[in-house]
Amino acid sequence: MSTEFRSNVAHALKQDAVQTHLRTVVDRLRAHRQGALSDDAAFEQLRNRCEAIRADAIRRLPDLLEQFESNAQRNGIQVHWAETTLQANQIVLGIMQQHRATFLVKGKSMVSEEMGVNAFLQSHGIDCLETDLGEFIVQLADEKPAHIIVPAIHKKRREIARLIHGHFPGLPYNEDIETLAQSVRHFMRDKFRAAPVGLTGVNFMVAETGTLCLVENEGNGRLCSTLPPVHIAVTGIEKVIARLDDLPPLLNLLTRSATGQPITAYVNMINSPRRPDDKDGPDEVHLILLDNGRSRIAGDPELLETLHCIRCGACINHCPVYRQIGGHAYGTVIPGPIGAILEPQKQGFNAAAGELPQASTLCGACAEVCPVRIPIPAIINRLRWESVRKNQQSQNSRPVVPGAGSGRKPLEALIWKIWAWCCTHPGIYNRLTKLATRLRNRLPADMGVWTAVRKAPKPAQATLHEHLRTMNIDHE
Amino acid sequence: MNNRVVSEKPQAVYFYGTCLIDLFYPQAGIGAIELLRREGVSVIYPQSQTCCGQPAWNSGYRDEALAVARRQLALFPRPIPLVIPSASCAGMMKMHYPALFRDQSDEATALNVAGRVYELTAFLVDVLDIRLTDLGDPVSVVVHTSCSARRELGVGDKLHTLLRQLHNVEILEPENSAECCGFGGTFAVKQPEISAAMALDKAATVRATGAQRLVSQDCGCLMNIGDVIEKQNQVMPRQHIAELLWERTKN
Ligand code: SF4
Repeated sequence: MSTEFRSNVAHALKQDAVQTHLRTVVDRLRAHRQGALSDDAAFEQLRNRCEAIRADAIRRLPDLLEQFESNAQRNGIQVHWAETTLQANQIVLGIMQQHRATFLVKGKSMVSEEMGVNAFLQSHGIDCLETDLGEFIVQLADEKPAHIIVPAIHKKRREIARLIHGHFPGLPYNEDIETLAQSVRHFMRDKFRAAPVGLTGVNFMVAETGTLCLVENEGNGRLCSTLPPVHIAVTGIEKVIARLDDLPPLLNLLTRSATGQPITAYVNMINSPRRPDDKDGPDEVHLILLDNGRSRIAGDPELLETLHCIRCGACINHCPVYRQIGGHAYGTVIPGPIGAILEPQKQGFNAAAGELPQASTLCGACAEVCPVRIPIPAIINRLRWESVRKNQQSQNSRPVVPGAGSGRKPLEALIWKIWAWCCTHPGIYNRLTKLATRLRNRLPADMGVWTAVRKAPKPAQATLHEHLRTMNIDHE
Repeated sequence: MNNRVVSEKPQAVYFYGTCLIDLFYPQAGIGAIELLRREGVSVIYPQSQTCCGQPAWNSGYRDEALAVARRQLALFPRPIPLVIPSASCAGMMKMHYPALFRDQSDEATALNVAGRVYELTAFLVDVLDIRLTDLGDPVSVVVHTSCSARRELGVGDKLHTLLRQLHNVEILEPENSAECCGFGGTFAVKQPEISAAMALDKAATVRATGAQRLVSQDCGCLMNIGDVIEKQNQVMPRQHIAELLWERTKN
């Protein structure tokens, strides 16, 4: 059965060079993380603390959001709520139009990717310039980010050099990343100065103070949020935390898990627009809070853990499936294990992303490294069930994911029924397994993709059941 | 992790062979039973056992998983350990039966059984404190620790504890040893392309060790990796740890 995901996968697996490169980068990210966790016991303690912070925040989501909103507003931040990505885009457009702005500079933001804000604004004659180096490369190539922390993870240095040279013929061709970054930075400076609006994401919102926290390494986030007269921040409603004290442990864990850094080069704490005695800062700060299915997810006691995510990307870096197929094959904004649980919940099982819970061997590598201990395999299991569940059945939980049950295929369901019947009738089961052993030399040698790389499995000469009947053991 | 819940060496245990061993690797089951019996533990093998239900559970077919799992529960009434020569199936019973049977009338039985489940290598090391004498010729083995043993049950090191007792066995680790081999049960059927790519990678690192044999505590991985190596016309016999231990230590 060919699906969108499977054809993406087939395409990705054919790109040997990309795959080899991806592996090198992913291995490096794994090593960086490992290097940043010197003390196991202390690290586990930190995880406990952060897990509790996120669990508490999501449990009290409505209250914290309310508290955050009133504090942010008191500080002068204009808070907007968007139920859907379209609404969020329209709010951005409205602000742009209000200022007669036709251009904005953008910091890295996965929620803006979720909104598809670049394309939306473009269709209204507004240009967006990505100012994060990785995002800029992806934008030049007219692609989508392949990773949430390293957007251009799939691009080799030479490819990047050619890309930049192609767009800026005036620059001498150069493959040195530092030199390339310098040239891009130079180009960006003027854009930052001229931009009427800067748009960024948010890593955490602090409820008790109304603060927006944004971490980054290039300084472009700081420029986007301080130089232009208007700053628009976009984020998902789940990014709220209760206290300022919650922030240091979360940032510590976030950066170590993501890139192995103890801290990022820039930690931006945004409290308000520019005050009279401030040396810089925008005249207006807008915050757009996007729901897009999040409050629905928050209503389910198992699925809500998905919202604990702090977007560190560690699960992606450690996923053996991602390592094979890369980010684009997922066909979603967020790839890897977190994408495989989050995107189907947002988009529903009828969307192409509905297949993503199948993109896992349940090896558990993601949960092992997740700083806030999201039980990703358990959520995958739950979603696989949601996908094929019978809607009418009187289960103790209502379907929360749109399209629940739509993955149930009559033939597959029948096969499981027959399987269950055989496995609940030991006499039948034993006769069938015995039959398989007797036909061991006559079973098909071609079993599709399985046997394209493997020999067909061959049953033993006799089953264990048979062997043991002749051994002197108790069969009770 | 010490998985020990019984304080003394039990006189008898139930043995759960698993469907994969039943059909493809009976020698693993026999080896495991012989090892247990040599330690003075009598083994009960309920002949009505079939499958733990994991394939359906992992595929979202919970009703079917429940029906099959329920049949297995009934086979282990006595309060003695249940030993399983597979971390994957042991993980199903130990870690997932509680969720599968949640709010069912037989939830208590399921919890009781789950609490008595031991993965074989953990049982040999933690409960029996087994001592082995190697009687075999020198051999090099490459070890593949299954994801269930390593991450789900936290008993991945037991394989090494056992192998280190065999003086003529050289233990080799493949590069990237913690990475999944790509089997994943029904994953191999639903996403065969990714599974194949992962299996090829794993087989390459396993082969690169130059070991004479491949050993694991899980037959699903052995089948996946071993069948790739065979397809490549390479000779690297695969063995479940129980079969290897028994072969090298029996008189
Ligand atoms: S799920 Fe966990 S590991 Fe993955 S990005 Fe989110 S916080 Fe990081």
